[in-house]
Amino acid sequence: MPDHTVKAYDEQLSRLRDTLMRIGGNVETALAEAVSALGRRDAAAAAAIVQRDVEVDALYRSVEDQAVRLLALRQPMANDLRLIVGAIRMGLDLERIGDYASNIAKRAIVLSQLPPVVSVGPIQRMSRLVQEMLKDTLDAFASYDAAKAKDVWQRDEQVDEAYNAVFRNLLTYMMEDPRNITPCAHLLFVAKNIERIGDHATNVAETIRFIVLGEEAEGERPKSDDSPFAIVEPPAGG
Amino acid sequence: MDSNIAPSQPSVPTVVSPPMLQNEPPAIAARTVNVFYGEKHALKDVTIDIYRRQVTAFIGPSGCGKSTFLRCFNRMNDIIETCRVTGRITLDGGDIYDPRLDVVQLRARVGMVFQKPNPFPKSIYDNIAYGPRIHGLTTSRKELDNVVEQSLRRAALWDEVKDRLSEPGTALSGGQQQRLCIARAIAVSPDVILMDEPCSALDPIATAKIEELMDELRQDYTIIIVTHSMQQAARVSQRTAFFHLGELVEVGPTEEIFTRPQDKRTQDYITGRFG
Repeated sequence: MPDHTVKAYDEQLSRLRDTLMRIGGNVETALAEAVSALGRRDAAAAAAIVQRDVEVDALYRSVEDQAVRLLALRQPMANDLRLIVGAIRMGLDLERIGDYASNIAKRAIVLSQLPPVVSVGPIQRMSRLVQEMLKDTLDAFASYDAAKAKDVWQRDEQVDEAYNAVFRNLLTYMMEDPRNITPCAHLLFVAKNIERIGDHATNVAETIRFIVLGEEAEGERPKSDDSPFAIVEPPAGG
Repeated sequence: MDSNIAPSQPSVPTVVSPPMLQNEPPAIAARTVNVFYGEKHALKDVTIDIYRRQVTAFIGPSGCGKSTFLRCFNRMNDIIETCRVTGRITLDGGDIYDPRLDVVQLRARVGMVFQKPNPFPKSIYDNIAYGPRIHGLTTSRKELDNVVEQSLRRAALWDEVKDRLSEPGTALSGGQQQRLCIARAIAVSPDVILMDEPCSALDPIATAKIEELMDELRQDYTIIIVTHSMQQAARVSQRTAFFHLGELVEVGPTEEIFTRPQDKRTQDYITGRFG
């Protein structure tokens, strides 16, 4: 793409992109480390992740400030406009991913003090799916690759399936022994947080599609979260 | 078409404009229009439909042919000796380059407002009354008074000038002069109003008033505006056409053009990337 006649405009747009990439990198690391701390029962590492979430919040505020400045001062059009509006949306989704990662870390601290009765293997496997999605989403943004973004968008269904499996698995632990309920309840939230991170990653993928092509995603995202009906029959037509 | 209406019938101004129908025929249809200034090929095979009750904006860098094209619609290019126009332009189905057509009548139907306000060196009243008088549109002084008042009201100028109609039009401020020129164009009941950068000599407040006026006027007139301000095109128009090097590159709903243009040249121009 040729440069703008006004150089400062290009610099401001690339700074906005860089800030988003930094948020993306931070939350990617936070998720990976939170799940790792959960597995290693490492309360100190988990506490460090919680503390670092303020950085992400500050970066998101910077994205908002930059976007508002650009809108006010440059009257952006077309692809520039889409990048700036998309940046606000993307920033918000990434910031939420950071919040979820921080929440996982908080629960990892609690879980490290409880007896290790339940395997976290299924949660780690589910998390790997989501981490891959998040990585590919950020790569798609860096390379403006709408096809790659669409691929991520379609993969969220696998995360939903993994989440269902974890959910059922934890239910059986709780039914076996009421003493498992406390750690399992925390792990359920961890699993839910990871599942939500997947949802936000697909939102980011949709935003990338909008930035690159100017189109919103077509049709409904493939979904298969049937955990609400894990122990009852789904209502007819539900 | 207007001659079919019995003169005794008072014309009722349209209050509510019906929604634009997809199958409504265009007010102006241009087909493979080419314009040459001597050897210079200024406009190349331009084909476009202009719809009623809409503002259509022509944008593009200087020298892209947008003003040249605008001037084809009321045959202003006829004045330039070396200028040659080919192709076909119809207004309500009638060929405007038909040699039998009276150009003066055409220009009464297709009014024009220029970049610099150009009121006649006459009173405010006479500026408006001039057109209806020479076209014989009114039969009595009372009727003429009425046309002057209505035109000034429609141009949102009446309240500012009603007590000084005999003062010279040139004594008004720039923005008022431009609205006076719009009132003058309206006074002869045109179908189409062409505006060639009507706000480029005005301050932001006067510009906003003209833009507001355009939005009002499009209920009854077909408006085409040439503008260098893309923000203005985005604000006032429903359709936008982008010209470059004499070609019509892209035309479509304004919202589409400014959020997701299809042609790379359009995108580069509107985002400020043209070298």
